[in-house]
This record gives sequence, structure tokens and C-alpha cells, in this order.
Amino acid sequence: MGKKRLGHEFYVFLAIVSLSLIIQARSGQFFTLNNIVDLMVSFIVPAIFAMCELIVIISGGMDVSFPAVASLSMFATTKILLSMNYTGNVFFAFLLSGSFGLIMGAINGALISIFNLPALIVTLGTQSIFMGILQGALNAQEIAEIPKVMFDFGNAKLFVATNPLNGLKSNMSSSILILFAVVIITYVFLHFTMWGRGVYAIGGDSNSAIRAGFKVKQIKFSIYCFVGIVAGIAGMTRVCMMQNCQPNNLIGMEMTVIAAVVLGGTSVKGGSGTIIGALLGTFLLTIISNSLLLLSIPTYWQSFFTGLIIIIGTGVTSFQLILSSHRLPSMRKSKNEA
Amino acid sequence: MKHDALSSRKLQKNDNTLLNNLVVAAVILITMAILKSSKFFSFTNFQSMAYQLPQYGLMAFAMALAMISGGIDLSIVGMANLSSMIAALMMIKLANLIPNQNLIIYVIIISCLIAILIGLLCGLLNGLLISKIGIPPILATLGSMQLFSGVSIILSKGNAINRLPPLYAKIGNYALFNIVPLPLLIFILLALSVSFMLNKSAYGIKLYMVGSNTKAAKFSGLHVDKIIIQTYCLAGILSSVSGLIMMSRLNSAKSDYGQQYTLQCLLIAILGGVNPQGGHGNISNVMIAILIFQFLSSSINMFPYFSNFYKLLIWGIVLLGVMIWNKYSKSR
Amino acid sequence: MDTTPQTAEIILKASNIKKSFSGVVALDGVDLEIKKGEIHCLAGENGCGKSTLIKIISGVYGMDSGKIELNGHTYHKISPIDSIRNGVQVIYQDFSLFPNLSVMENLAYNTELAQKRTFVNWKRLRKIAEEAIRMIDFNIDLDQKVELLSIANRQQIAICRALINDAKLIIMDEPTTALTKKEVQNLFRIIKLLQVKGISILFVSHKIEEVFEISERLTILRNGKNVLACSTSEIDNQDFSYYMTGKKFEMSCYDPTIDYSATPILKVNNLSLKNGFNDISFSLYRGEILGITGLLGSGRTELALSLFGICPADSGSIELNGIDVKITSVFDAIQNGIGYVPDDRLTEGLFLDQAISDNIIVSNLENLSNKIGILDNKKRIAAIKEWLEKLSIKTSDPRDNVQTLSGGNQQRVVLSKWMSRNTAILILNGPTIGVDIGSKNEIHTILRSLAEKGMGILIISDDLPEVLTTCNRILIMKHGNLMGRLKSSDISELELARECISN
Repeated sequence: MGKKRLGHEFYVFLAIVSLSLIIQARSGQFFTLNNIVDLMVSFIVPAIFAMCELIVIISGGMDVSFPAVASLSMFATTKILLSMNYTGNVFFAFLLSGSFGLIMGAINGALISIFNLPALIVTLGTQSIFMGILQGALNAQEIAEIPKVMFDFGNAKLFVATNPLNGLKSNMSSSILILFAVVIITYVFLHFTMWGRGVYAIGGDSNSAIRAGFKVKQIKFSIYCFVGIVAGIAGMTRVCMMQNCQPNNLIGMEMTVIAAVVLGGTSVKGGSGTIIGALLGTFLLTIISNSLLLLSIPTYWQSFFTGLIIIIGTGVTSFQLILSSHRLPSMRKSKNEA
Repeated sequence: MKHDALSSRKLQKNDNTLLNNLVVAAVILITMAILKSSKFFSFTNFQSMAYQLPQYGLMAFAMALAMISGGIDLSIVGMANLSSMIAALMMIKLANLIPNQNLIIYVIIISCLIAILIGLLCGLLNGLLISKIGIPPILATLGSMQLFSGVSIILSKGNAINRLPPLYAKIGNYALFNIVPLPLLIFILLALSVSFMLNKSAYGIKLYMVGSNTKAAKFSGLHVDKIIIQTYCLAGILSSVSGLIMMSRLNSAKSDYGQQYTLQCLLIAILGGVNPQGGHGNISNVMIAILIFQFLSSSINMFPYFSNFYKLLIWGIVLLGVMIWNKYSKSR
Repeated sequence: MDTTPQTAEIILKASNIKKSFSGVVALDGVDLEIKKGEIHCLAGENGCGKSTLIKIISGVYGMDSGKIELNGHTYHKISPIDSIRNGVQVIYQDFSLFPNLSVMENLAYNTELAQKRTFVNWKRLRKIAEEAIRMIDFNIDLDQKVELLSIANRQQIAICRALINDAKLIIMDEPTTALTKKEVQNLFRIIKLLQVKGISILFVSHKIEEVFEISERLTILRNGKNVLACSTSEIDNQDFSYYMTGKKFEMSCYDPTIDYSATPILKVNNLSLKNGFNDISFSLYRGEILGITGLLGSGRTELALSLFGICPADSGSIELNGIDVKITSVFDAIQNGIGYVPDDRLTEGLFLDQAISDNIIVSNLENLSNKIGILDNKKRIAAIKEWLEKLSIKTSDPRDNVQTLSGGNQQRVVLSKWMSRNTAILILNGPTIGVDIGSKNEIHTILRSLAEKGMGILIISDDLPEVLTTCNRILIMKHGNLMGRLKSSDISELELARECISN
């Protein structure tokens, strides 16, 4: 498709490059293999989340329940596998966690599509419910020892990167393959299926989508089901990578993921957004949270920087919109009539 | 004459929120009367409710105001913690500086005023980001939430700030005639002022109009940006007072106190009939929603085998239930 | 003469359609008959049942009784799918497009969905889209996003989309509302082209001139009943208005005696705005209704927005009663007694979900409250009552939402908003868009009486009959320049139209 101007993605990319250069200049440690690998590894889970949030936001919705979905799915799965002393394929663990996620996603989807309620508020409510089940009903505590199959999967590495200067080693976790798979699936869904085009159509104008013949309710419902499955898988990935199961570890992540997706150029009003943008946005926030140590800034500055980046990032796009709307309304039209 | 109905400006027609909420409140009270009569209907219980309610009640008003303007304020807890954090640090610093312990009351007053000023400035930042920069409220306050708690964390290095002047906690626990707690008095005073502003002032009408249709507001000559900024400033002030109350109750300040309040305040606002699309909602209904919330919360606490986390579950169910109920009662 | 072949087959026959909504009768035994390749006009005032009838034909609403024959099939119940399968395509006023998607996607998705595709083949989409735009010789970049296009282009996309879905009958709901005169002519060219291809058009409109220009036969509805179905050549303008409203109207020019030696209440000197208008100068005298007309894009709306402070002018000056004033914001304009009635009433003029009472006083709050902004309840109630009565806004309860009112009453609320604060100059942009003929005349009467009381009124409109009958002087704008000034009594509608288009 013809692009006539540099996309938002390009500017995020520029921001990443300049930030990396600054960190490199200050610490000399940024462009080392082990740092890059570390970054990639901590990028995996947020990036998977970003994929599901991207679809939701394109459709004009907002989901804040996915960390709760992920936590509950991963905890329940780990508990069940432990109790049955599971030794089979790790695939089953992901399947089970994804299925739990699917059930929770379906609840979100049903409330949003059938009752036509605002997605943000529905998912705030279900988030609370899922956390209530996790912490109240299941009385979740940290599980220090996870099933061996999961442990092994989390330990598996594609390669090891060594920093020649100080000998620090970083493992490239195999879990990154899961991220690749999720990204490819999301890409295919969004670009090569009528379902995916329907997501964009609903975000653009849901009444038109109904009239054009898109099954809007079904699509909306399935979006949140998709989010549920992917969140379940992301939760499982997290447990495997962390080598233990911490039920409260993901809470609060929804905000940074939303910020990352929006930072990547996705409009909160729905209808536009790209996978590349969402990934770049997530990567930018990952760099910030990972690189404070390299810059010898105490970690308690992280929240501050994250907030600052969210405000600046969203501010730049929003301010451009304000400026363009200050121009005369007729200019647009006359340009196209010519 | 029908026109005389005009004298009550905001008694929106076909609005069942008030009735619904009164019924809900009655159901809770009756249930508790049957199950835990002596414990629930005791002076101690009511007094402890009176101590608990103001801190999140004020934040609920802040949330409601932002929602009436067509936005949302996710940063209320961040503003509360930041302003109480700064007040706490100031109190400790100044208390060490002054020789005469009789002057400590002035230290407290100054610190509290500064805290409120901080809340105002935080709100100002939100308002500017939303109106002048054009960031959607949910993102602007999401970002500023991180920013505000980030500053609190930096100031405290993530620790709780303790050892406040003992007088401060004493003031916070003061009760008029040994019955009415000071925080409750402050809460009532602020509730009346906010309610008065919405119902009897030009600002009130303007706020509803801006929430209902920004473009038309601009074409009607309203200073839309100013009204949005005022609203978020007001939310900031309310949050900072709430932060001060929280600090006196816990006798310390910390960057992550009261995190559950964001969801609770949203729940209260919606329970109180504030429309998330903007332009609708009134303070007396929010007030009743706060009471319901407190009744429910205290009731749950009376069943010790309920883990505290069950509250989360219940809040979620109540929130969704109310939304679905509103949908159905409106479509009829 | 009637060009339709007499033997033409009937493509749609709706007979004795009845429909009521919770007890309120919307359609009471309506008939409609459309032949193949015919351009048929469905006319009637707002609320006469036009849109209900369209929605029944397209299957959106079910009918209570009656039957619809489409291509020889008889339906007592018709679903949207039945309707589409029989080649009925509706082009709604909003065109039902996706602003965020490309022209290509907008054109192709309906077909793809009808064929129940699961996967997207971008090459196939392009082929469908290319075929679609070829049908009406429409030249456009298929990769352009629709949100960047003009209204006229969007409409053509909607028409193309209808065509590739095998349309046999295209229903156009008020298709000319947002179009300029030139664009309307282009639309008519396309409609004639479709007719040659044997496609029938149901043209829904209440604009007299257009109905006469394009349609061969017409059906007029009033209060949910047929009042007339005949060839267009059989009736004239006067008949048409009579059948639409059931009332006779006297058309007369506004010709007040104006003291042109007095200081004008508004004097504009060499006002310019980049990309808007150049070097505009004119005066508005006490008691005048001044019309500013011109095509869309001629700068007329920008001029109005400039005077109201929304897009402040770059250079030039504005005098009010001989005194230089600076207008750089809406607030300045209002403080100087300038009011503005926007063309898009629903999104710019009213707070639809707020009380009628609050809508009336919203621009006048500082006069109804004291220094610290507390409302004076007595004054407030008095002001509301006064304007409800003066403009005879019909409502059972002023606390009701504005959206419960009819179009005419809504426009009166917008007017009252400005009249209530002693506005000296009122600028109206398309004052009667979407207002039915009955209310239109009443609004014109109100404007005249305001002018007679000394308010200066500026009407921006491309509704030429409206400009001619309501205004005493007319300014014509072209490409941002003021090209002509004339007295409305000196010119006929045809001449005025020619003036507007000529270069």
C-alpha cells in the first residue's frame, strides 16, 4: 500500500536509536551482545501482551484485564500440573494456560459484545474479579518449584552471548520463538483475513461495519477470546522464564503495555495501528526499564521515566493532531478536489 | 405550572439512579440487620466507617468530576500519595528545624497547604496535557500517574516515611464531641462545596456542557480548555486532601498506598450514575454510592472467613452488575 | 415529457405498508412503485415517514402489514439479505464508509463479505475496486484513505460500491445535503449514467429545484400517508410545496427601508485569511439581512468563522458601530455581541443530551450569575421561560433533552441561545439545513422580525431561494474573493446561480 510520508513508526525508531546512542555513550555497555540479548529476553512477555492489546485498541476497545488473565491462567495451570506430577510435553502446559485464558477472554468478550458495555470498564471489573479469584479463592502464594517440563523449557536457550570485556553471559531464551509465533499469527490475522480487516473496520466505524456485512458482535467477541488465549500463553511463558510462579508479578503491566502500543502510533480512538509500531513502542519502554542500571540511575527512577515517556510520546502525536485541526477545515477538501 | 420544575436544575428526568441506590443501600442494611445486627449497628462500627470513608470518598468525587467532563482521572491515587509524601517530608524537616514544639501546629498547617498546592499543580499538569496538548484523558492521567508515583518513589527511595509529628495523627484522629471525626467533617464540607459548585454555579452548567459536547461548547463561547483545567485542578485538590487524611490515618506516607482506590472510585462513580461518556452524573448520587460502598465494605469485613481479597471479586461483580443493570433499565 | 418506457417492468412495488413504533403511527398504508431504469423522487417534510419507508424496503425495519414486490417476488417480511439479493442498495447520508481504510478496501469489502471470504487477497481487492470505479468513470487513487477525501468523492465511492453489488435499485437518502452546486451537477450526471444502464434510482429529497431537475416521477408523503404520486412534469413548484406541507405559502422578498447613511453596525475592511479569503470588505447596516453565498470552498464559511473568532483573520480590520475591535477568539466575538449559528446543528450547535433549558442559557451564563459565578435562580428561570415563549419552542418539559425536539424546534433553541444575550450581530451558516418547510418559513419570519428590531443578520447559505427571499442584499464569493454585491430584488434565482458558478 502506498505510503506517502514517514510513518509514526519511523519516529519511534529514531527515538530508540538516539536513546541507545546516549546510553552507549554514557555507559559503553549498550551495544554489547549480552546487553542486546538481555533486552530481547525482557522484551518477550511485554511484546506478546502488546500484540493482543494492539488488536483490542485497533477495534476501538481497551483491555486492562490481561495481566490478571495471564496471572490466573498461569497459576492455575502450574498448580494443576504440579498436583498431577505432570511429566509430558510442555506444549500441554501452554494449551491448558491458553484455555484458561480463553474462558476468561470469552467472559470479557461476552460482556462487551452482548451487553455493548464500554470495554475499559468491563475489563476493569473482570480484572478485579480474576484477581479476587486468584488471591481469594485460590489463596495464591508464590510457587517456588515449577514442573520440570516447564523448568526445562524456560532454561532452554538458542544461544549464549558473552560480553568479551567482562565475561558476562546472557542466554537467549527459546521463549522468543513463542513471541515470533504470536507476532506472525497476529500479522496474518490482521492483514490476510477478513476477520482482521473487520477489526480495523469496526475501529473505523462500527455502524458501517454492520451495514457492510461484518459480523461485528462475533468479531468483537472473538477479539477478547484471542486476547485471553494469548494472555494465557504469555503468562505461561513468564512462569517458564522466571522459573517460578509469582501470582502478583504481572499486575500493573497493563498500563505500560497500553502505553507502549499507543506510543507505537496506535490511535486510542481505534481504526489504526501497526504491529511494527507496537513492537517498537514496547522495545522503547523495555530499553528504559532495563538501561537505568547501565546509566547507574537508581531503579526507583523507573516509574518516573516511564511516565515521562508516555506523556511525551502520546503528547507529540496528540499535539500534531491539535495543530492540524487548527488549520482551516476547507483546506483538506480543496486539496482533494483539485 | 410545569415550568416551576425548573427550579431544581439537575433533577434529570428518567434517572433511576437515586431510587436504585437507595434500594441497594436498604437491602444491605436489612441484610446486615438480620445477620450481624449487634456488630454492624454499633457505635464503633459507624465511627470506624466514618474514619474510613473520607479518604476514598474525596477521590471518588475527583473521579466523578473528571468523568462528568467527559474524561477520566487515573492519577488520583498518585496525586494523593505525592502530596502527602511532600507534606510528610516537610513536616519532618521543619519539625527538626524549629526549637519550640508549640510552633509545630504551624508547621503542620503550612505543610498541609503546600500539599494541597501540590495537588493543584498535579491537576494543572493533567488539565494542560488534556486540553492544550490534546492527549486523551485516559492516557494523559495514565502517564501522569506513573510520573507522580515516580516522583514519590524518588523522594522516598521507595520507603515509607514514618515518624511524623505525633500531633498530626492526633489532629487526624480528633473527633468533634468525641463523635464526629475531623476527616468526616472535612469530607462533608468538601462534598457540600462540590455539590454547590455543580448545581448552583455557572461553572457547573459549563462542566456538564463541555462533557456533553466539546465542539458545541466551543461554538457557544465557553472556554473549554479553562473548564477542563479547572476540573482536573479540582480533582487534584480533592485527591491531595484525601492523601493528607490517609497519611494521618496510617501515620506515614508511602508511594504505593491506596492503589486499590482507582478501581473503587471508578466503581463508586459509575454506581453513582456518572456516565463514562461525560455530561451526566450528580454529586448527591455519588455520595449515596460512597455510603453503599462503605456499608458493603464494612459488612464484608464482618465475615472473617472472607479473605480480604474477596472484596476485589465482589467489587468486580458489583461494577459489572451495575453496568448491566443501567443498560437494561435505560433500554426500557 | 415522461421518458420512461410505458411498458417498463416494475422493479419495486410496495403496497399498503403500515408501521408504527410503540403506538405512534409512522406509516399508514403507503404505496410506492418504481419502474426499471426510472429516476423516482420520494419527497416529504421531516418526519413524514420517508426514512421509515426506506428502512422497510431495505429490510432494516419489519413492517406491521402490507407487502413488497421486488423483481416479481412478493414479500410480507423482508430481511436485509433478501433486499440486497434483489439488488436494493441504500446510500445513507453518512455513506457507511470506513474513514480509516483505503478507497480500495471500502469498495471491495462488501463483495468479499457477500462471498463469505475468510482470507484477504489484496490483488483481488484491487481488481474489484478498479472495476467499481470504472463503472462511473471515477478517477481516484485507490490507496488514498477515505478520511482524506471530500464529501462528494465519498459519495461516489458509496455509489461505486453499490454498483458492484449488482444494484438494480439505488436508494439515495438526501444525497445533495452536503454537496456544492457543482458537485450536485456531477451527481446528476452519474445518476443519468446509471439510468442508461437500466438501474432505477429512488432519490429522497425535499429540495424543490433538485426534484424537478432530476426526477421523472415523484411520490410525496405527508404524515405517513401518500398524498401524491405522479409524473414530475404534471406539477409545479407551488403545487409541490402545497403537497409537502398542506399549506399555501406566499413567497415575498425582504425589502426593508435601510438608512445607508448611518454608521454600519458591522464594517469589515480588507479582511484576509491565508487559504480562506482575500481582501474582503463590506458593511452591514441596521435592519439588514445580508446574504453571503457562493460554492463550497468559496471561503464563505471561513469568513463566518473568522468573524466569530474561530479562525481569526490574518489581516484587515473589523468595526462594530464605527469602533475598531479585535476578534481573536470566540469569547471576543461574543463579548462584542456577535453570535453564530453553525451549519452542523447536531454537533456544533446543541448539547443533544442536555436539558433544553440549559441549552438556552449556556452562552448567557455570566449575565445570570453574580461576580463569583453563582447562578441567580430567579433570573435563570425567567430567561428560560421568556425564550421558550418568544420563540414558541414546543416542549412539555424544558428539562427534557434537546434531542427530543424536532429539527425546527431544535434550531429555535440555537437561535434563542444567541437572542437571550442581546446579540447585535447574528451570523447564520445554513440556517435551515435539515429543517422542514413549515419551520423554515417560521425561522425566516423570526429572522425578519429580529432584523426589523435592529439586529444585523448575516446569512451564509447556498440555498439560493432562501437567500433571495430572506436577504435584502447578497454578496457572492468565489475562490476566497468577493465577486459581486447586489440587491436581492434585482436578480432572479437563475441569474444568481449563474453568477455563483461563472468564473
